[in-house]
Amino acid sequence: MAQAFAERLRTALPAVALTPRTESGLMPAMVVTVAADDWAALGSAAHGLGARWSACWVDPEPDHWRAWVLYELGGAYVLAQAALDPRAPRLPSLTPVFAAADRPERAIRDLLGVVFEDHPDARRWLRHQAWRAEVHPLQPGQPLAGAPPARTPADVGYAFRKIAGEAVHEVAVGPIHAGTIEPGHFRFAAVGEQALTLETRLGYTHRGIEKIAVGRDAAGLLRLAARVSGDSTVTHAWAACMAMERAAGCAVPPRALALRGLLAERERVANHLGDVGAIAGDVGFSFAQMQFGALRERWQRRSAERFGHRLLMDTLCAGGVRTDLDLEGTQALLQDHARLRAELAPLTAILLDHPSLEDRLVGAGVLSAADARTLGCLGYLGRASGLTFDLRRDAPYPPYDRLPVRVPLYDSGDVAARMRVRLDEIGVALELMDALLAALPAGPTSTHWEAPPAGARGLGLVEGWRGETLAFVRFGADGRVARYAPRDASVFAWPALERLLPGNIIPDFPVCNKSVNGAYAGCDL
Amino acid sequence: MLRILHRVITTGNLTEPLDTSASLESLGIEVRRTLGARYAGSFAIRHVDAGSCNGCELEIHALGNPYHDLERFGIRFVASPRHADALLVTGVVSRHMQEALLRAHAAMARPGLVIAAGACACDGGEFGVSYASLGAVDSVLPVDVRIPGCPPAPALLLRGLLAALGRATV
Repeated sequence: MAQAFAERLRTALPAVALTPRTESGLMPAMVVTVAADDWAALGSAAHGLGARWSACWVDPEPDHWRAWVLYELGGAYVLAQAALDPRAPRLPSLTPVFAAADRPERAIRDLLGVVFEDHPDARRWLRHQAWRAEVHPLQPGQPLAGAPPARTPADVGYAFRKIAGEAVHEVAVGPIHAGTIEPGHFRFAAVGEQALTLETRLGYTHRGIEKIAVGRDAAGLLRLAARVSGDSTVTHAWAACMAMERAAGCAVPPRALALRGLLAERERVANHLGDVGAIAGDVGFSFAQMQFGALRERWQRRSAERFGHRLLMDTLCAGGVRTDLDLEGTQALLQDHARLRAELAPLTAILLDHPSLEDRLVGAGVLSAADARTLGCLGYLGRASGLTFDLRRDAPYPPYDRLPVRVPLYDSGDVAARMRVRLDEIGVALELMDALLAALPAGPTSTHWEAPPAGARGLGLVEGWRGETLAFVRFGADGRVARYAPRDASVFAWPALERLLPGNIIPDFPVCNKSVNGAYAGCDL
Repeated sequence: MLRILHRVITTGNLTEPLDTSASLESLGIEVRRTLGARYAGSFAIRHVDAGSCNGCELEIHALGNPYHDLERFGIRFVASPRHADALLVTGVVSRHMQEALLRAHAAMARPGLVIAAGACACDGGEFGVSYASLGAVDSVLPVDVRIPGCPPAPALLLRGLLAALGRATV
């Protein structure tokens, strides 16, 4: 599949002479190498074929730097690389071709100093005021401690887009929001109550994850990966495990893979339960918020009882999982699944047939299919707007390679559709978990982990509850991590929120935002 | 409507009595015991995520579910720091949040209790101090109560908040 995609790229670019190859750590993607000057031509060719821009990262290797970009087309992946000069790293921007590349490229510029030529937006992204514009903290020569001011000032100079016009006013919200949520800044331009535009500004929870990952061993990296975004702890840990295991050629036992699938589906169910309740709560339907809150609480308690952690943190290890299920545990989970199904049926019936809820959710926050495709939206966000991609079905990895994965699909693109996808996905996850438990392979839950030699690198791709989630790992000497680049699915959610909000009233922003539920920490790193 | 009422009646009351069997000391919570009855049964909290991974926030949300029902203790979350008796801080203090956190604290009426919740807020956790992070909350603000855990489970958060209130029954 990937081979055919690479071949089509090669045909589309006769002047570039692409020679697609495979690299065991980077499977299932085909790897192509281009000169930095051909970076944009390759992007245009991929765009012309209808491919999706999935991720971009730069790896400052000891001798030279390497830029990577991942494209996906119908479940096939092509990973392109280009060498960069560390003294003057520059690369043509892909943002004019793929809108999704905008903020990731700006983040790379802030952290590594790579100049993206023809990038339409010169403003900083992850950098606020903790380091100066000419400093790039992720460069290998930069000290971990940096040279921050004693008191980092607020980033007041950021030039938000200005909307002119009579009666247009700005509303600034954040970084501290009214509720118990992550920090970020939202700038609305509004006429009366109606929002004309929304601009999001993140980076407030930048914790330097990519920098502090350097020098960690596998276990240390996994503790960090588990905390890229606390609601996606299994997702990011699995992606990091997959990257490290592919780099090391480590064969994970089938039982461990099945348990990872189980843990990832549990994470999906917990988050969807919480989100459905919160969406209802944001429009004042506290009945459903309390009911779903109770379901989520019981779910989390079972996670703590059977897997040792309410959010399933630190349940994975390189080579397997750190947890197991006995027969009694399996039975308890199967009973939970049946009970949850029985409890959800009447609640779902109420949610889908309640006029005051319908009045608020149907037609609110519509993300068009065209916008969703342009931005490369993933997971429930894409599936509510007609995009069906699901890694578990379209590029299946174990244990999903032997399971049929149903992917719900709606096209109205509104808050109601995003809630509906979540409700459907809970059902799908329950089916998958039942199937996993019914055929849980015997055998060990982990294998011996041996770190690969310096230079080994791997790519991990996992369908988290928000969608395709990526990790790239390169090892240095002594089994220490030299580069860790995670990419959360939320990277595509924030630009989508900006596109779906205009035309809605500002009081509907909370429910629109909750229905999208992008991670802040997962983007800020 | 009948379906909703039926569900409400059949669900019953899920709220659990507070488990006071474990002492606060054994949970590692530092308690400032001088608060007395100053808050007269109503305790307002302003939560600030200063650089968390969002794990702590999920467990703070769980305090509001029917099992924990935080508000039965007279504790509620408020939107403005000016209305708050306590600042509940999660996460390391990212340098990008330092000013916002200090301003939120400055906006509070004194004494303005500071509660650090979660491993990151207590000691820097997995992220520590770097170009991007100031580490634990006490590098920026004086901390009155610490609630450990990654993240602290709701029952532990609840006991920590009650400890802060000086109402703990242990």
